[in-house]
Amino acid sequence: MSESPATTLSRRLLLRLAGIGSLGAAAFAASRAGGAAPGYGEHKGGPHADGKADRHAGHLAGAVGRVTSLDPDPSVYLRSFNFSHLPAAERARFYRETPIADGKLLREYEIYAVDREIEIAPGVFFPAWTYNGQVPGPTLRATEGDRVRVRFLNQGSHPHTIHFHGWHPPAMDGSMPEHQVEPGGEFVYEFDAEPFGLHLYHCHAVPLKRHIHKGLYGVFIVDPPGGRPPADELVMMMNAFDTNFDADNEVYAVNTVAHHHLHAPVDVKVGELVRIYVVNVTEFDLVNSFHLHGMFFDVFRTGTRLETSENTDTLMLCQGERAILETRFRYPGRFMFHAHQSEFAELGWMGFFAAREA
Amino acid sequence: MSIADRSAAVRWGIALLPLVALAALLLVIIRLDPAGKLRGDVPPVERLVFERVTLDEGGITARVLNDGPDAVTVAQVMVDDAYWTFTQEPAGELAHLDAATLRIPYPWVEGEAHAVRLVSRNGITFDHSIDVAVETPKPGGRLLGIFALIGLYVGVLPVAIGLLWYPLMKRLGRRGLDFVLALTVGLLVFLFVDALHEGSEAAEAVPGSFQGAVLLVFAAIAAYLAIDGFGAWLRRRRAGESGGAAGAGSRAVVALLIAIGIGLHNFGEGLAIGAAFALGELAFGTLLMLGFTLHNTTEGLAIVAPLANERVALPRLLLLGAIAGLPTIAGAWLGGFLYSPLWAVVFLGVGAGAIAQVVVQITQSMARERGLGELLRSAPVAWGLLAGVVVMYATGTLVG
Repeated sequence: MSESPATTLSRRLLLRLAGIGSLGAAAFAASRAGGAAPGYGEHKGGPHADGKADRHAGHLAGAVGRVTSLDPDPSVYLRSFNFSHLPAAERARFYRETPIADGKLLREYEIYAVDREIEIAPGVFFPAWTYNGQVPGPTLRATEGDRVRVRFLNQGSHPHTIHFHGWHPPAMDGSMPEHQVEPGGEFVYEFDAEPFGLHLYHCHAVPLKRHIHKGLYGVFIVDPPGGRPPADELVMMMNAFDTNFDADNEVYAVNTVAHHHLHAPVDVKVGELVRIYVVNVTEFDLVNSFHLHGMFFDVFRTGTRLETSENTDTLMLCQGERAILETRFRYPGRFMFHAHQSEFAELGWMGFFAAREA
Repeated sequence: MSIADRSAAVRWGIALLPLVALAALLLVIIRLDPAGKLRGDVPPVERLVFERVTLDEGGITARVLNDGPDAVTVAQVMVDDAYWTFTQEPAGELAHLDAATLRIPYPWVEGEAHAVRLVSRNGITFDHSIDVAVETPKPGGRLLGIFALIGLYVGVLPVAIGLLWYPLMKRLGRRGLDFVLALTVGLLVFLFVDALHEGSEAAEAVPGSFQGAVLLVFAAIAAYLAIDGFGAWLRRRRAGESGGAAGAGSRAVVALLIAIGIGLHNFGEGLAIGAAFALGELAFGTLLMLGFTLHNTTEGLAIVAPLANERVALPRLLLLGAIAGLPTIAGAWLGGFLYSPLWAVVFLGVGAGAIAQVVVQITQSMARERGLGELLRSAPVAWGLLAGVVVMYATGTLVG
């Protein structure tokens, strides 16, 4: 790391300068008075007379450039459930449903762990550990009482597991040393989908922090019998990446890519019910939050009750916490949404909804 | 072809053969890339250093250099934990020792601290902290004037005041003169150590590829040899003019060399001063100013000490003072506008070498009639040496 030239000057010299300062300061102050003073609010928008970009105008906050290499794209992940973004033939490789007793379904999944470099901010690549090559992993969705069978193959370079949140016997927990699936190995997780609500799954191999923040997590939705009211449904995983491995995140986002939805706003319709599945897996920070501008939303914490518990515009979640949010856009136009930790927002966790008249 | 010609050709052939073999080996390394095969799948070593960071109404401008062996791409720029818009000139990947300028239109706040962080393609981060944000002075008449004023107070005036001891030198007896000359040596030894210390600190900030410590020592040695050669040339010329032996004339040469040595040292010092001033590292205090003036006044004494037996006209005395003092102003200009630790290392090294040479000069001229051992054992000399270091040390504590 480089130090500023100032730090290379000894204390003795700096103190010497202290003396000189008293002579030169008045003249220096005079020299500054004529120039443009820095500070917020003193510039009008638009370019300077000299053609330089105004440092207050034009910058919304955000990474420079666009991410080009992700599959699926964060905007596609947003509305993808049970591999619905794949063509039917390809989808059948990873997801099959078979009717069983009482109108319930057996839902079979194929999930594989694989090491893959992913672009988490324009031009910034992260050596991720992924489920099915994507971060977050595919969103799995069942109805309460369905049988879920997940064949897990570890094609990665380290032992991994899948640990589901939800009711299941200990042998299906994917958390103990004997549950670890070695590279090249496989395991079948099987359980009934319950309770209904918004859940998540993640790797529980040790060291836990590393296995989670490297990208091994996804959303697991269990619908109540009969489903929820029809809505435009969106999945938002609040995640973050420690690119230099100093136990502090450099990139924050929903669905991996910093500031993606600043460039590609989430399209919604005015008046239509919008349901957002928000899950927080952010490692290293105590909490994360979801804040929506110009609007309020109903909160269904963990989604395990059908009655809302809260109506707010800012929701705080600790790691592993999740909530279903429901709202209707009243006005057309752009609505900002972001973590209400300003730091997270400016490090990537910020985007827009674009509401259009139906 | 004569026998002599033939043996010369053979000698050239023998001299060039290893070079040809070396060129072939280099070609093999570049073409076949054995290093790449040996390296395997190890991630690249990325190392960017900030050469200079300036602030103006357009935001922050950072000049960065790739100091590592592998290419680095600056993918994103953060300021104070926020991704910020930036442009890079020239754009693209930076190879080993490539430099680029990043312009970041960030609304920095005067007097506060800011942190600039670059994120590479591989997510490696490189940090620079702006400890106190002040607008970087732009080269211009007014600022040249301010730096000239600083140089005047720091270098020129104290040295000129020290020159006022010249008449005293002519009235001192042998023992008194010995004391003053030894005092001068003590002062210079202190400055020598000081320059090496400052230089080695600056060397730590120099990008590793430029090997700051080696550069410091090399600059010192080169300066020593240059001053030594210059002194010898001056003495030969003077001997030629007067037709006599070196004697009295060599004292004048020593005084000139001391002035040059101190001037080079003050140039390095001015460089650092200008840089710190430009970076806004300023505080205020009359006591510190007083200490600084006292500290540097002794430099004038060092110049006139060898001139006790010389008849020196006032213009010549003023010239010596100018040689020693004015470089402070030039240094402050350079440091204020173009500071880099590399320049600081070079000039502090040059200053150290020049001073070392002057110390040797004075000591030799003093030891001409006596041996060095006897010289050091004589009370005026021993006390003078100690007094020189103590004076510098004591006035140094005043300035921190």
